[in-house]
Formats: sequence, C-alpha cells, structure tokens
Amino acid sequence: MPSDLACQDVSKRFGRFLAVDGVSFSVPGGSFFSILGPSGCGKTTLMRMIAGFEDPSGGDIRIDGRSVVDTPPNRRNVKMVFQHLALFPMMNVGENIAYGLRCRGMGREEIRRRVAAVLDRIGLPGVAEKQVHQLSGGQKQRIAIARCMVLEPDVLLLDEPLGALDLKLRERMKIELKLLQHQFNTTFLYITHDQSEALVMSDRVAVMNHGRFEQIGTPQDLYHAPATAFVAGFVGDTNRWDAAVVRTEGDRIAFATTSGDAMLGRWAEPSRHPAVGDRIAVFVRPEAIEVRRGAAGTVDGGEVNRLSGTVESILFNGAASRLLVRTAAGHIVEADLPQSGAAAGIAQGETVEVAWPAERARCFLAGAAAP
Amino acid sequence: MKTRDADRLALILLLTPFVMWIGLLIVLPHAGVVLLSLREKVAPRMFEYGLGNYIAFLKEPIYLNTLMRTAVMSLLVTALALLVAFPVAFYIAKVARARSRAALLLLCLVPLWVSDLVRAFGWIVLLRETGIVSSALQALGLAAGPVELLYNDATVVVGLVYTVVLFMIVPLVSTLDGMDDSLIEAGFNLGGSRLTVLRRIVVPYAMPGIVSGSIIVFMLTAGSYLTPVLLGGKTSMWFTEQIYDQFITRFNWESGAAFGVSLLVFTSLVVWIGLRLTGQQLATTVARR
Amino acid sequence: MKRHLFILAATTALSVVSVALPAGAETLRLLTWGGYASDEVIKAFEKEYSDIKVEVTLSNNEEMIAKLRATGGSGFDLAQPGFNRIKAAHVEFDIYKPLDLSKIETGRFDPIMFNRVVASTSIDGKVYAVPHLWGTSGIMVDKTKAPDLKDWLDLCDPKYKGRTSMRLARTILVGSAFAMGEDPYAAYGDLKKYQEIMSKVADRLIACKDNVKAYWRGGDDLSAMMLSGEAVASDTWDSTAYKIFAQNKNIVYVPPKSGAVGWIDSFALPRKGRADDAAYKWINFVTRPEIAALMGAKTGAVTAVKGGIDVMPADKKEAIKAAFTDADIANIKWAAVIQPGVEDIEGKTLERIKAATAK
Repeated sequence: MPSDLACQDVSKRFGRFLAVDGVSFSVPGGSFFSILGPSGCGKTTLMRMIAGFEDPSGGDIRIDGRSVVDTPPNRRNVKMVFQHLALFPMMNVGENIAYGLRCRGMGREEIRRRVAAVLDRIGLPGVAEKQVHQLSGGQKQRIAIARCMVLEPDVLLLDEPLGALDLKLRERMKIELKLLQHQFNTTFLYITHDQSEALVMSDRVAVMNHGRFEQIGTPQDLYHAPATAFVAGFVGDTNRWDAAVVRTEGDRIAFATTSGDAMLGRWAEPSRHPAVGDRIAVFVRPEAIEVRRGAAGTVDGGEVNRLSGTVESILFNGAASRLLVRTAAGHIVEADLPQSGAAAGIAQGETVEVAWPAERARCFLAGAAAP
Repeated sequence: MKTRDADRLALILLLTPFVMWIGLLIVLPHAGVVLLSLREKVAPRMFEYGLGNYIAFLKEPIYLNTLMRTAVMSLLVTALALLVAFPVAFYIAKVARARSRAALLLLCLVPLWVSDLVRAFGWIVLLRETGIVSSALQALGLAAGPVELLYNDATVVVGLVYTVVLFMIVPLVSTLDGMDDSLIEAGFNLGGSRLTVLRRIVVPYAMPGIVSGSIIVFMLTAGSYLTPVLLGGKTSMWFTEQIYDQFITRFNWESGAAFGVSLLVFTSLVVWIGLRLTGQQLATTVARR
Repeated sequence: MKRHLFILAATTALSVVSVALPAGAETLRLLTWGGYASDEVIKAFEKEYSDIKVEVTLSNNEEMIAKLRATGGSGFDLAQPGFNRIKAAHVEFDIYKPLDLSKIETGRFDPIMFNRVVASTSIDGKVYAVPHLWGTSGIMVDKTKAPDLKDWLDLCDPKYKGRTSMRLARTILVGSAFAMGEDPYAAYGDLKKYQEIMSKVADRLIACKDNVKAYWRGGDDLSAMMLSGEAVASDTWDSTAYKIFAQNKNIVYVPPKSGAVGWIDSFALPRKGRADDAAYKWINFVTRPEIAALMGAKTGAVTAVKGGIDVMPADKKEAIKAAFTDADIANIKWAAVIQPGVEDIEGKTLERIKAATAK
C-alpha cells in the first residue's frame, strides 16, 4: 500500500529552541498512526506543520507522494480535528459540515446530499438543523470528524480530541474512533499524551520526547520491547530503579541498586554497551513480579531475583490492583496483587517474598528518563 | 424567616444606590424632559399641554434635514469606525502577544485622557489653513498654496471617527479575545480562503461586538456636540447644535426638549432597524461576549 | 441629547449647591462675564469688606438667563446681563427683583447711559438694572489687506471672497439690517415688520455665504483667524479687536458706516439672591473711578460712570480714540429692548442662513 503521509527529517526551530528535531516517519495508507509523548515534546508542533499552520525549518513533508511544504493550509488535503473540536458556534451542525464543501464551490443540492450521507455514516442522521451547543460531548466529537471526512481527506489529523471528555465517555470514544477509522478507511494521525489511547487504537505508535522520535512500532513492540529508557518508562506501568553496574556477562547484567540490593537484569539497549560502574535505570513491569507469603528463600540458579519485604499498602482497583512492598533495603516494589492461589488475601504489614526473572528486568543507561 | 428578611434587606441595600442612580440621573431627567416637551407656551409664564412643539418640529424642513444629516453622517462615522477598529482589534486580540496587549489598549485610550475640546483644538491646529499639515504640504512642494482642511464635513467625520473609535475597539477586542484561535485555523484547514474565513467565521463570531460597538458609536456620534460644531463648516449643522440653540440662545426649553426627545426616539429607531437587519437581539449582543 | 441632560444635571447640581451653602455666610455670588471681576478687583473689595467673600461664575448673556431660569432666580446674588435682555427675560421667566436705587450711588453714572438703562429695564415703575460697562460691536479689518472695508455688508464684497468671517448671531443680523437702510430696533415692537426685515437680511447673508471663510464662535477663534491672516476682516466685539490691535497694529477696529451696535452690560439682582447688601456694596465699589479704570484695562470696555473713556488706561484710550470720531459715537445704534418673539425670529433666521447651501 502506498504511504499517504511521509515526513523526511522534519525540524522546527523557535528562536534558539528546537521543538522538532529531525523527525522522519511514514504512515501507510488507511492505517491508524499515533504520536505519543508528554506535553511539550513537540508533537503538536509536528502536527501543525503537517496541517500547514507552521513552516518547517528543515526537511520535507509529503502527502500522497507530493511535497506540501509550499502549499498553504487551505490547499492541503489534510483535515484536522482540533483539541477542543473548533466547531463553529455561529453555524448549525449542517452548516458546519457544509462549510468545507461550500469552500470548494459545490452546488447546494449536492452539499445537502453529502451532508446527509456523512451524518448517516456517523450514526447521527437528522441532526443537521441542530445547534452545536445542543449536542452531547460524544456527538460533537463525531460531528467534528464528519466535518473533515465529508471532504475525503488523504490524512485526518486528530489533536488529543478526547482530552476534554470525562473518563467513561473517553473509553467509549476510543472504540468508536477506531471503528470510524475502519469505516472511512482513511489514514488517521492521532496525537496524544495518554498512552492507553495510543495503545488501544493505533496500528503503529511513535513515542516522541524532546523533539525526537524515541521509537516507532506496534503497541505490542513498545510495551514488550521498549528501545529506550524513556519508552520503557512512558509506555505502560512499571517499576523504575536507579542502579550501578557490578558485572556484565553477554546481555546479563549484575547491578546494585542505590539502596544496596544486588540483582540481575537484561541489557535492553543493543546500540550501547555498559561498563562496570556505569549508572543505569532498571525497569520491571508489575505483572512480572510474583508475590509469595513468607520471607525469601535462597537464590536458585541465579536467574531469578528474590527479595523479602513488608506489605506497605494495598491499592485495590479490581483487576488492576497493586501491592506496594518495601524491601529490607528500603525500596518500594510495585507488584500485581495476587487475587487467587496461596498469596490471595495478603494484608498490610505481612512479610512477603517478591520475585522476578532476570529476563524481565530491562536495563538502560541512565539519562533520558520518563517524567 | 429571619434569614430571608435579612436577605431581602441586603438585596434592598444593594439595589438602592443603583435604583437611585438610574432614577435620579436617568429616569427623572428624561421624564422631566418629556413633560417639558409637551408644554406649549401660550403667553409669558402661561403654558398648556399639547403636541405643538413636535408639530412645529415636523413642519420645519430645516430641523428634519438636520436630523437626517446627523443620522446619515453618524452612520458613516460608525461604518468608518468599524473599518478602522476591526483590524486594530484583531491585531490586539489575536496577533499581539499577551504582554503588549494591555499596553496597546492603553495606547488606544490615550486620546480620551484629554477633553473633547482640547482634541478638537488639536485638529484645528493641525488642519487650519496656516496649520501644521498645510505648512508641511507646502514645504514638501505637494501644495502650491495654503490648503484649508478645516470647516467641512470630511473633517467632521474624521474628527468624530478619531473620537469614537476606541468605543468600537474595546467591545471588538473583548469578543475576539474570547474566540478560540483554532476556529480560524479550522476555517483554513477546511479549505477556506482568507476572505472566506473572515466573512464566514471571524465576522459572524465578532457580530455581538460589532453590533454593540456600533450602537455605542452611533449613539455617541449622533449625540456629540463639540467636534461637529468646532470642526464643521458654514453649512455643517449637527442636530445637537439645534438643541443647544433652542435651549440656550432662544430660551425655548419646550421646543429644545421636544428636539431632544425626537433625537432619542429617532436614534433608537435607527438602532432597532440596525438590529433587525443584522438579525441580532439587544439582549444577546449585550449579554454575550 | 447630551446637552439637555447636561443642563438638567447642571440645574440639579446648582440647586444642591445653593441649598448646601450656610444661610448666614456673607458670600457674594457673582454671575458675570470673563474679566468683569478680576482677581485684582476682588482682592481690593474683600480687603475693604473683610466679612464678604466673592465667588465668581463666568458666563454670557444666554447662559446667564438659562441658569437663572433653571433655578427660578436663585444660586446667584448679582448678575450682569446686557441691559436689553432684562425686561423680556423677566417677563417670561420671573428671575429678577427690583433694585433699591437709594442704595446705589447713582450720581456717579454717566446720566445718558444711566437713563437709557433705567428706562429700558423698568417694569410697573420699578427699576431692575443699572449700567456697568459698555462697548460696541463693529468690524475689524487688516488695513494692509482690506483698506476699503467700511461697513457691515462690505464683508460680502467679492473682492475678499473666502477671506472674511462673521459670527452667526444677532449682531450681524442687526448690523446688516442697518447697512441695508432698515431700522431693525424700531421694528422690535412690530414682529411682522421685523420678520420682513430679517427675511431680507437672511437672503442677503445667504448670498454672502460663499464670501465667508468660516463663521467664528468665540474670541479665540476669531483672534486666531485674524492674526494668522486667514481672514482679513470680520465682525467683532470692540474689546476683542483692541486685544488683537495690541498684537498687530495693522488690525484695527472700524465702527461701520451705518453705525456700530452698542451694548451695555448692567447689574441686576436675581429674584432669590440672598446677599443684596453685599451686591449693592459691590456695585458701589466697582463704579468708583479708580476701580472702573482697572476694569476697563482688563476688558477693553468702557465704564458707564461719568467720563468713562477718560478713566481708561492710556493705550485703550488711544485705541478707542483712534477708532471712533465723535460722529461715530453719536452714530452708535444702542441695543433696543428685546421683545418677546424677537429671539424666535432671529433664531429661525440664523438657522436658515446656517442651513442654506452656499452660493
């Protein structure tokens, strides 16, 4: 499939501040692509360059194979759903959707037909005469998308459109957006700081930090094989400890945490090599940690980390409940709460053993860290 | 029960100054003026009530012409003030940085720090035949002889626009300020040209500001006195001048009051027609930002 | 709109102020013209009568009457309107009270002026005003640029097209009427006749409109136009002309051939004035020759005391003597008493002239 949108080494400089730093990526036609990053990482600037509201300081942007750097925003076939939707308050729903068609000089009757058709497709037939403020949050969302989709854009840009919705509605809209994207079969470029939105909806996700892409990949890649410390920390929940390298052996690392626990881990940054004494960051996902009642046994075979600790508190949240364990050396270890088996019903203050395989402890050189 | 009484008392106390202000300074004088306008003098110190003053006003073409002239020129001033104020307001609300915004608004306010009279004299100093502009034009060789720029209707219009433009800028800035920039960007993004975005998005959004600014400016202009009188030429009659003449030089308060009421009714009528034509309502323009 | 609100607000404010003043205080509230009660004169007066404090409100003929009318004659203790405006205003609005001539040193006045004012302001045998200062209105010319301008309607001479000015007010109407051979003052008693004269004057002045550069409104206006050379001739108050003469000896006051229009400002007691004694003291004070001389110097107007011109300071005396021959003085058309209805006719005439398109 041809790529609908491609960025080649795109940069943007505001005075001395480099907001976007040599970003390259391409989005295959018809796919859902997200850019995930904390606020201020440059993702909005990147989107505004694609829409044409900002001129890149360097690099090229191609849509449907043609460079659009010199095309004014109103001539680009890239439509955008704004953060607060930007529905025109002085027009009714039908006029909002018809606006772009009228700009193209389409006939009155044709416009009416297309507006009705797109309202049908988004499941809101007959709201054309309604005022924008009469709609619910979710309906407004769909109208904002319909207003763009009626113009049959090559790429639809979405700038954190779910940010303003309440939690329940946000969960529902995630699914709805994904369905709409399938239905229209248009390339979606979605910007968010919410990793769950990105993971749930996207075919591919780019994680952005400090103006650069840290990693591009499927949600599974990002979660299970983060390429950088930032991605490991930013995508999904995780324990993060600072440590120093004690010994290296292939991709096995022995290290000591700052509070003195000795552990084993796996080196996750193939492009760099650690040396003894290097400061590193270690990431372990809570679901990788096994909790058992009683004090820790001996280290068996050396491939599993075992530590004793006391239960500091229990964070109950249904299936996503967590246990905070303070180790003898003083670390806090966050683990999934066992809700069945021998460890079910653990109470605060109990002595427990926490254990995880060295394989699941990812080690990166300390430096760029998740916020 | 006690708290309700206390609440009521508080409400009454709060409203009293407002009601007194409205009553003593607005309602009472206007009622007085209306009553006065209905008095007809039949002999010295003898009056009868009737519509004679209004009939006399309607029968005299000079008065009606002056009223129409005042209205037309005020509309012209309003339109020009809007043309001048819109780009300025747009710049202040949408282009200027937040920090310079207050300073820019203040800058627009500066002319109001001097009185009407001083401002009018400022224009006179600038525009008179032996004034600064005329001298400069001659010095630059752009004019062969002295140029008289004073004493004509164009000068009156310019002077009035200068005086009232701030009252257009402020409501425009406050409506445009409340406009999300993304509305404009969405307008472009969906394929609109600059003109389309201005015509279909910015102007409709700013309409409440445009209408309230226009009402203020029109009323101020139609009711202004010093600027048209001082800058105007031999035939530049302004309706307020007629009112002044009736009150002060002809001692005819009854007729002057009738003129005043006529001006109020007529300008209100113009505003009402304006609101109808633009499809706005007074309540929405004043209440909405 | 603004204007009538303003008047009502001012009226309200005035009545509030007058209520607020303590009744027993010896305050003399003067309603008078600029220059008629200079600081110098007030200081001298307050030194002599240390128990009286003088407050001055500056005004003009029309506003004086409007203010007194608004309050029914209260708020002021002594007013100084033109003598010819008193009778009609009092008949219409009941704003003055009669004078007690026994409290005034009438012997000091020039008998001709005194009798003229007393005769014109008597109602039912009671006298309402005595004279204070007099002067004339005529024309002012820059003699280097308009040497042959001698009469009111010479302002309409096409030779000076766009170079003359006038004030749209009674003076030019009356002056033009005299220049056209009419006697407008004689017609004051016959409104129909007066209307006829005014119609003719209006036609003449409308025809003249093209000749006029701009109509002046105040002394500053006129001074600027004459001193800058934008206008070479205008109708004028004599005092304004004398002031301009002091700055440019080429600009002289010319009593028009058909007669300068004379005015006399007088003293009258507002009906609800509360300091009559102080008012009489003031009248007797300022008609002393030495004080009269002070006032003459300030205003350029002549006092109505005996030998009024002779007590003027030397330069003003010179200006007057240069302007007037004895024949000119004899030819002064002294303002006649305004009758009810005259103001209406004049007002309408002025409106007609103002509204007419120039040609």
